[in-house]
Amino acid sequence: MTTTADTLRTHLHSVLDDPARAWLDRALTGAATPPADPAAAPAGSGPPAPRKPMPAWELRFAEAGRRCGPTHADDARVLLLLTARPDADTLRPLYDRGTAAERRAVLRALHELVPGTEAVPLVEDALRTNDTSLVAAALGPYAAEHLDAHTWRHAVLKCLFTGVPVDSVAGLGRRAAGDRELARMLHDYASERTAAGRTVPDDLHRVLDLTAPPAERGHLPAAAGGASSKES
Amino acid sequence: MRIFDPHIHMTSRTTDDYRAMHAAGVRAVVEPSFWLGQPRTSPASFYDYFDSLLGWEPFRASQYGIAHHCTLALNPKEANDPRCTPVLDELPRYLVKDNVVAVGEIGYDSMTPAEDTALATQLELAAEHELPAMVHTPHRDKLAGLRRTLDVVRESPLAIDRVLVDHLNETTVQEAKNSGCWLGFSVYPDTKMDEDRMVAVLERYGPEKVLVNSAADWGKSDPLKTRKVGDAMLKAGFAEDDVDRVLWRNPVAFYGLSGRLALDLEEPAATHEGNSILRGGE
Ligand SMILES: [Zn+2]
Repeated sequence: MTTTADTLRTHLHSVLDDPARAWLDRALTGAATPPADPAAAPAGSGPPAPRKPMPAWELRFAEAGRRCGPTHADDARVLLLLTARPDADTLRPLYDRGTAAERRAVLRALHELVPGTEAVPLVEDALRTNDTSLVAAALGPYAAEHLDAHTWRHAVLKCLFTGVPVDSVAGLGRRAAGDRELARMLHDYASERTAAGRTVPDDLHRVLDLTAPPAERGHLPAAAGGASSKES
Repeated sequence: MRIFDPHIHMTSRTTDDYRAMHAAGVRAVVEPSFWLGQPRTSPASFYDYFDSLLGWEPFRASQYGIAHHCTLALNPKEANDPRCTPVLDELPRYLVKDNVVAVGEIGYDSMTPAEDTALATQLELAAEHELPAMVHTPHRDKLAGLRRTLDVVRESPLAIDRVLVDHLNETTVQEAKNSGCWLGFSVYPDTKMDEDRMVAVLERYGPEKVLVNSAADWGKSDPLKTRKVGDAMLKAGFAEDDVDRVLWRNPVAFYGLSGRLALDLEEPAATHEGNSILRGGE
């Protein structure tokens, strides 16, 4: 169990009512127990095996909303994932065939479950959607760690477009620092909004401030033409 | 007037419809999976459609303060196409989802053996998943279709009081009511029922177990028909409590049989401009 899992479990125990807490504890026990390995049967003999039944914990994962209530379902699902610890190959179908709520949970758990870049396509998929809850969930620590610069900048811009608070972007300050291309994109977007007679979101100014190179970098390169003129 | 439209295909409707529906009092909808007007040629098209009913469409609805649930199934028309029937094998992994409040629309289109099989199989799936079922009655040969439908339900493990039989009219309502099922009426411009006929049916048979829907889709239809029925009921002398029963409490009771109906709507973050219904890069 990771610290995140401990924190989630403690939190859920304090907010769930008795039946939901009992359901969660049973579901977690099931998720912690590895399923019997059907691959142990000799291959190539007998009729083709029937479709593998869905592991019990995946069923619990699906029904978490009606067991724990919509407010706590996301946390319960993340905790189930952190307990069952599926690998990237198992997470893919769970995400692909998941409801929006299930997809959010997969995205939120990525940084604890997938050490490498294998799950980046899931993040990219979520960033292509226009469901703001998915966009926000996609931009957690996993995205901060593994998204390439171009994709990450467009994700930040998409937050500003769709009203996702940039507070949901993990590692924003660290990744934005000194990113002059991001600064250019933000300036251009601000000009476009102003030209259309629309207001520039406060979050845009916040991110723009973060793109200033870190102070400890002694010598500032000259700002690109026009990029330094601050919007009022 | 609070309104629950128990049968509407929002995938085919615009955001203007959502806005108008909310203004008319609609606070909850159920979207049954159905034929798209254009035949599907592979099961994968169904899975993308189911995903959309479980993700994108509820999100769109929430932007307008409307709770969105769905019913999933292989529809009767496409039950006849062997390219589509493998959907039945994948259905169980969708029927466990939180937003699924019934198996549907199932039932008959042309009353073929393939439709017999799909209907019986899916009634069994409903029983297994402790879900009610939403059964459509055919547009052609309706009374014979209703009788055959009720026979298949009686032979199934699903109790008749967990079945909603939809698209009823004056010729089928009595037999349906006698069976003990829930009674659905689709109110359409020109075809199916209209508001005044609906009021007459309610006067004659009462509001018990009656659900009224717009069944609005990609065809000529009107997502505000539920409200129009409510207004017609009041005009005909029904009490507000009767209207609330037909347009809210009955659909809540029927889909509530799933144990999965979640109607406590959070206030949408950006109702006014429908902020996040923006096209990427626009
Ligand atoms: Zn329909």
